[in-house]
Amino acid sequence: MLLARLFDEKFASLYRAGKIMGGVFLGRGQEALSVSIGVHLRTGDVFAPLIRDLAGRLAFHEPVLDAARTYLGSVQGPMRGRDGNVHRGRPKSGQLAMISHLGAMISVVNGILFARRMRGVDGTVGVASYGEGATSTGSFHEALNQAAVEQLPLVVVVANNQFAYSTPTVRQFACDSLLARATGYGVAGAAVDGTDLGACLQVVGRAIAQARAGRGPQLVVASLLRLCGHGEHDDAQYISPALKASPAGRDCVKVAEQYVLQQEWAGADTIAHWRAEAAQTIEAAVVTAQRESAPDPFAPHYWSALASQHRWERREEGS
Amino acid sequence: MSITYLEAIRAAQARALAEDPRVFIYGQDVGAFGGAFKATKGLAQEFPGRVVDAPISEDAMAGLAIGAALDGLRPILEMQFADFSTLAFNQIVNQAATLFWRTNVPCPLTLRLPCGGTAGSGPFHSQMLETIYAHYPGLVVLTPATVEDAYSMLLEAVAIDDPVIFCEHKFLYYHLKAEALPTEALPANEARIARTGRDLTIVTYSAMVHEALAAAEELRGEGWEVEVVDLRSVKPLDTDTVMASVARTGRLLCVGEAFPWGGVTAEVVARVVSEGFDLLDAPPMRLNAKDTPVPYHPNLWSAHRPTARTVAMAARKVLHS
Repeated sequence: MLLARLFDEKFASLYRAGKIMGGVFLGRGQEALSVSIGVHLRTGDVFAPLIRDLAGRLAFHEPVLDAARTYLGSVQGPMRGRDGNVHRGRPKSGQLAMISHLGAMISVVNGILFARRMRGVDGTVGVASYGEGATSTGSFHEALNQAAVEQLPLVVVVANNQFAYSTPTVRQFACDSLLARATGYGVAGAAVDGTDLGACLQVVGRAIAQARAGRGPQLVVASLLRLCGHGEHDDAQYISPALKASPAGRDCVKVAEQYVLQQEWAGADTIAHWRAEAAQTIEAAVVTAQRESAPDPFAPHYWSALASQHRWERREEGS
Repeated sequence: MSITYLEAIRAAQARALAEDPRVFIYGQDVGAFGGAFKATKGLAQEFPGRVVDAPISEDAMAGLAIGAALDGLRPILEMQFADFSTLAFNQIVNQAATLFWRTNVPCPLTLRLPCGGTAGSGPFHSQMLETIYAHYPGLVVLTPATVEDAYSMLLEAVAIDDPVIFCEHKFLYYHLKAEALPTEALPANEARIARTGRDLTIVTYSAMVHEALAAAEELRGEGWEVEVVDLRSVKPLDTDTVMASVARTGRLLCVGEAFPWGGVTAEVVARVVSEGFDLLDAPPMRLNAKDTPVPYHPNLWSAHRPTARTVAMAARKVLHS
């Protein structure tokens, strides 16, 4: 989560320097929850991250270069300049490339889990990560219900970060807790303090283990505060100082560092060393991506959207 | 023995399931019940666990099919009516259609859309949506007009590595019969000359092919030889066959059952005019459904869509201009 925090800070500074085209979306304040997903996933599992899941992606073995290359538009990145920033992924490695429409990735995860079951592959877990805003969509509802009907090993992690862009939760839903929805869908539910790394590791880990053990879909709802704007273009003045000072407003990275020190798992100098190491890794990735080529609009392969293009062309040549 | 258009669709699915273990069918009521139109009749019993009932969740149904396709399966997704696919529009046009281009991982799924009007079906069980889907890059849109094409093009749809929108016309389900299933077929992307002629080219697809053929027969009595081109696939669109036909006849009428604004007929006219203006001896013409929702009452419905009579009327206009 330290690497993710520092990487995000690097992206923010590249954005301010005008080095990144398009938006930059940070996971600041959500790293503890996000990393808890990634560390509990195994090779063969599936993760549909949201825009604030750099920590979870890295923990689920997304190459460090992927984020740098995608933000900077390198042709060597997984999206080859065709899509940017947080819309990256490697579907063959279980890292799904999100579309922007909220809730839409959950049923895609369901489909992969459904296919695994049909093919007789056991033990796969799929996690879809969303914010509380996505819980208001039809897609979210349909997909969670579908997973429950099919009893798929799906874990949906909802980061209630208090705002969907600028919209507060009171304008998003009227139930006391989003956790109540788990009962409605017939799935297991668990709440967690999203600022507490230890609690996140435990609760998310348990949900993933339950799904893996065949106990059906799991909903985890974390409360925390987005410690940044929706994107770096947004100064988030709508977030009140009172909310920032509330328990939900704690910085999960600081909380985790204090905990590590208290438990004497590492000293201040070790943490400083981790930071320096992470900063070096990030710098190297950014330098590499910056040196790589941008996409060439005259390369014809960019302008065909069909995997079966060869099928049609071969016939044209043959006729 | 004779086989209907609907039976051909069922037979193609049975063959796909039998030949390829990656194929499964997902949709509302498709399992033990056999589908609203019985296009999957008996398949759940014949292929246990591979013909699966879905909740009424078109968005999630499409999402599940996309995920399964990503994982290497070949889903056939049945929408109960094409009209309801609008509820899955986001998954189809934003998720399925963009996936290969964005990630280099193919998304081989077949989306069966029972489309088009039948008497008494009204605004929400009659729509033609090929235009909407053809608009989006990354989708293949097939519109079979014959029993043979319903069979062979559905098999080809399952084999294609892209999301295929398979528009099967409900009006043809029971009416249209063939003696036997085909043993060979044109590739899905090639248009077919359904009737040869020298005076006028009618370009059409799906159920309108039969209205155009009936109109051509009527016009033969008046001394006109009308050529009918069945597009078969609206995307890709076989412009070569269309242009070659217009080069022979010098006159063009495009007929479609979809709403008139934009669409396949407009696309064909635009291509012919911009690439083959010199081939034309008269202004080309389009004939589509009317610009209203599809009406319920049979009197209104038969006036809303093109029919052999209105196709013949439009053809005379082009022939006399």
